[in-house]
Amino acid sequence: MTPLTGYLLVAALLFSIGLAGALTRRNAILVLIGIELMLNAANLNLIAFWRYGPHPELLTGMIFAIFSIAVAAAEAAVGLGLVIQIHRHARTTDLDAINRMKG
Amino acid sequence: MQEAISFTPQLAASFIAEILWLIPALPVAAAAVTALLGRSRRRTSATLAIGALSFSLLLSLVAFAHVVSGWAHEAAVRETVNFTWMQVGTPSGAGHVELGWVLDPLSAVMLVMVSFVSLVIFIYSIGYMAHDGNYTRFFCFLSLFAGAMLGVVAANSLLLLFICWELVGLTSYLLIGFWYERPAAAAAAKKAFLTTRVGDVFFLLGMVWLFAQTGTLLFYNHGAGAIEPTALAGLLAAPAALGLTAAGAIGLLIFAGAAGKSGQFPLHVWLPDAMEGPTPVSALIHAATMVAAGVFLIARVYPLMAAGAPLLATRVLTQAGTLAGGTTTALTVITWVGAFTAVFAALIAVAQNDIKRILAYSTISQLGYMMAGLGMGGVAVGLFHLMTHAFFKALLFMGAGSVIHGCHGEQDVRRMGGLRSVMPLTFLTYAMGMLALCGFPLLFSGFWSKDGILEAAEHWSVAKTPFYMLVFGALLTAFYMTRQVSYVFFGHWRGHKPAQESPAVMTLPLGILAFFAMALGLIGTPAWPWFRAFLENRAAGFTWRGFMEPGLLTLMATSTAVVFLGLGLGWRLYGGLAPRPEEPDILEKAAPWAWAGLRGRLYVDEFYGVTVVAFYRWWARVADWLDRRLWGGAVAGVAWLFGQWAGLSRFLDTNVVDGSFDKGCEELSVGGGLLARVQTGRVQTYLRILALAVAALAAILIWSSRS
Amino acid sequence: MSLIFYLLAALTVAGGLAAVLLKNTVHCALALTLAFAGLALLFLNLDAQFAGFAQILVYIGAVAILVVFAILLTRGSETPQGGVFSRSWLAGLAAAAAVFAVFAWAVAASAPRLPRAAAPATAATSASTVSPAPAVTVEQIGRALTGRYVLPLEIVAVLLTVALIGAVIVAMHEKTGHEKEGLE
Repeated sequence: MTPLTGYLLVAALLFSIGLAGALTRRNAILVLIGIELMLNAANLNLIAFWRYGPHPELLTGMIFAIFSIAVAAAEAAVGLGLVIQIHRHARTTDLDAINRMKG
Repeated sequence: MQEAISFTPQLAASFIAEILWLIPALPVAAAAVTALLGRSRRRTSATLAIGALSFSLLLSLVAFAHVVSGWAHEAAVRETVNFTWMQVGTPSGAGHVELGWVLDPLSAVMLVMVSFVSLVIFIYSIGYMAHDGNYTRFFCFLSLFAGAMLGVVAANSLLLLFICWELVGLTSYLLIGFWYERPAAAAAAKKAFLTTRVGDVFFLLGMVWLFAQTGTLLFYNHGAGAIEPTALAGLLAAPAALGLTAAGAIGLLIFAGAAGKSGQFPLHVWLPDAMEGPTPVSALIHAATMVAAGVFLIARVYPLMAAGAPLLATRVLTQAGTLAGGTTTALTVITWVGAFTAVFAALIAVAQNDIKRILAYSTISQLGYMMAGLGMGGVAVGLFHLMTHAFFKALLFMGAGSVIHGCHGEQDVRRMGGLRSVMPLTFLTYAMGMLALCGFPLLFSGFWSKDGILEAAEHWSVAKTPFYMLVFGALLTAFYMTRQVSYVFFGHWRGHKPAQESPAVMTLPLGILAFFAMALGLIGTPAWPWFRAFLENRAAGFTWRGFMEPGLLTLMATSTAVVFLGLGLGWRLYGGLAPRPEEPDILEKAAPWAWAGLRGRLYVDEFYGVTVVAFYRWWARVADWLDRRLWGGAVAGVAWLFGQWAGLSRFLDTNVVDGSFDKGCEELSVGGGLLARVQTGRVQTYLRILALAVAALAAILIWSSRS
Repeated sequence: MSLIFYLLAALTVAGGLAAVLLKNTVHCALALTLAFAGLALLFLNLDAQFAGFAQILVYIGAVAILVVFAILLTRGSETPQGGVFSRSWLAGLAAAAAVFAVFAWAVAASAPRLPRAAAPATAATSASTVSPAPAVTVEQIGRALTGRYVLPLEIVAVLLTVALIGAVIVAMHEKTGHEKEGLE
């Protein structure tokens, strides 16, 4: 197993864990936590490919990861603000209970 | 005894012939307008009726003058105006149904007579019906009747004649049953209609046969008419049953129709009952005009009746004193029926006590005379008696009406009497009419017309029996009329309330008719046989030698003797008597059985009652049963079927159609509900699906990029 | 594949697992922080120092704090009734497992194509000598950011501004809008 493959596998595992958390936990905040994990796994993928891919001197992967971090931060802020908003409305963060869009 | 009847070939119809249709049309139009008026418009309705009829009379006189002038100039007029009504079958001409009217001596004299007598009676009705509430309806029906009768007279087509014939029958029904609240009147109207209907069935059969045989129903059509020589030759050649030719059979069928309308035995039963109608109706319809329609019909189709014996038309006498040319079957039957009816009715009249019924039976008897005259003597003989009879019978009926009016509705002669002094005008005119009817010699028209018939009967080639029957009938006529007159006008008053004379509007017409009852005789004397000459298109001059014919004077003496015998007998038995109503009649005391039989009108009505009427009632019950059970059952069955079908349809609709539709919708709804479960509203569900989809997509991409 | 790598990987995965499995939400946030830290160390291991420190600064320093704030503001620290996992947690797990399966398969399938390591390394040489470690200076990153990637930079700046304003508005409107509209 090359180092790259290792890192990729770790990133995949982390992504799946984050996804599992986002899909199974009731609390909305924990969904966001899962999403953060997923994003971080993607970042890891990027850095790994930057490191072991061709032309690392172009810094493409690194820059991409940096931007990803920035965007993730912004997304986390807005997302958590929304969760707080929902909590004010529905008095709960239980996603199973928030099904007003039910068809 | 000169040339045969011939008419100049018609070139074009004259003006009066073109507008001849107005004569019947005007009174019918007046009736139509009157029908739309209200009950309160009494004067308007009377004015309309009399005005229209006066105009018709005027036109009739113009037409008559036209025909007379043509006759006087040796150019006898027979003008026809024909038009096609409809086409039956092929358009090759053999299936045309044509109508039209004809102006010839026969129709001219009849038009004048009918319109004149009708007009006089209309005027009389103003007074007679003055107190009746249905005044307008009366004049409406009278107008319609007058129009229809004039149509019968003027028709050139047997079909048009039949149409107007039926109209006449209808109006007779309406007028007999004018006081319909009276059950007797309603029953009499129904009886009249049904009895004449029996005759009309035969008439219709004859008409259809004639059309089938000759292809036309027009009388005169420039040689192509149904009673013109060509068609008659064809009819004579075609055989029918029982040794008759088609001509004879058709003639008999048409006579059957005439017999119904003219009250010949055995279809006479309706006429006496028809006296339930108002007296002007009796005078007009059942004395002067409608009953004469049958006689007129025979006169009109006389060439058909006489077909096969052409010499009859010329009345050539053989050495033996009989008419040359023999006679036809149809004419023989007509003669016998007429003679029998004459005697039959006269016998019954002797024993009646209702003033109008006596006159009704007298009418039947005189109609028998007319028929016999037609059968034995030809058109002129029968028609002349019809003319004179019209006037004096109408006069007698109207006089009777005046008597009834004056006696406040009383109609039984045993409760009258001594009216000679109370109602002098009525008495005078009535006496004149009575003498005319009896045939009082020389002065009165009835004598001349009846003598014409007796003369023809004397020379009849078949047998002399009708002659004796008719002479006996004359005796009876004089007898019963004397009986009636002495009951009514002589003796002393046996009624309840005192009587009074009728107003002038009623007595004036009586006077007019009385004048004609006398004066008409002048045109039919042997010395100046104008009437016959006019009808037969011969010249006529006044000559005393007319009286010199062999046997004529003897005949005149015989009939005079018979009349005086009858008058004397009647006066002997009834004159000056004052029997009370409860007392039996003199003759009744003498021969109670005979009297009872005659009183009961020889039980013909009762016979019909147990045979025809009883059968009819049974048949009506059968028909009712059939209708209710069979047809009604069939209809109910069909309705039940429909009901079942509808039920089935409803069942199908509810369960199958609706059910399937509802089920479908339900399934849709359920399916929709199931599908809606996808939309859980929960974010995580959506996310899961997203994740799975991405995974699947990625797998596909990777898999495809591997190979 | 050095030991460091395995250790750091295990740390990160453990942190991630803990973050999604623990009952107490605050414990989950802390575990997340641990995962972030592990990731930062992995970045450092990959010679992406700038990214690693940026990770620490932003994620641990800001995002994790934010998560904790949110937990506290939504009373997430209280034990919820009905369990912390969704009723249909198995479906979620299955989906995640499917995704992982696809990833793993992709990685395994593409392994022969990936750039192979050089000759087996000795114990002395570190993983960084498999391929020459790129010498990345901050100056280079700076130059790249303001040179080649200036546009994304500006856009991200705008994005951050927008997100900031948006978050403020989302949080702020609640107070005034609560009385105005009839909620629910």
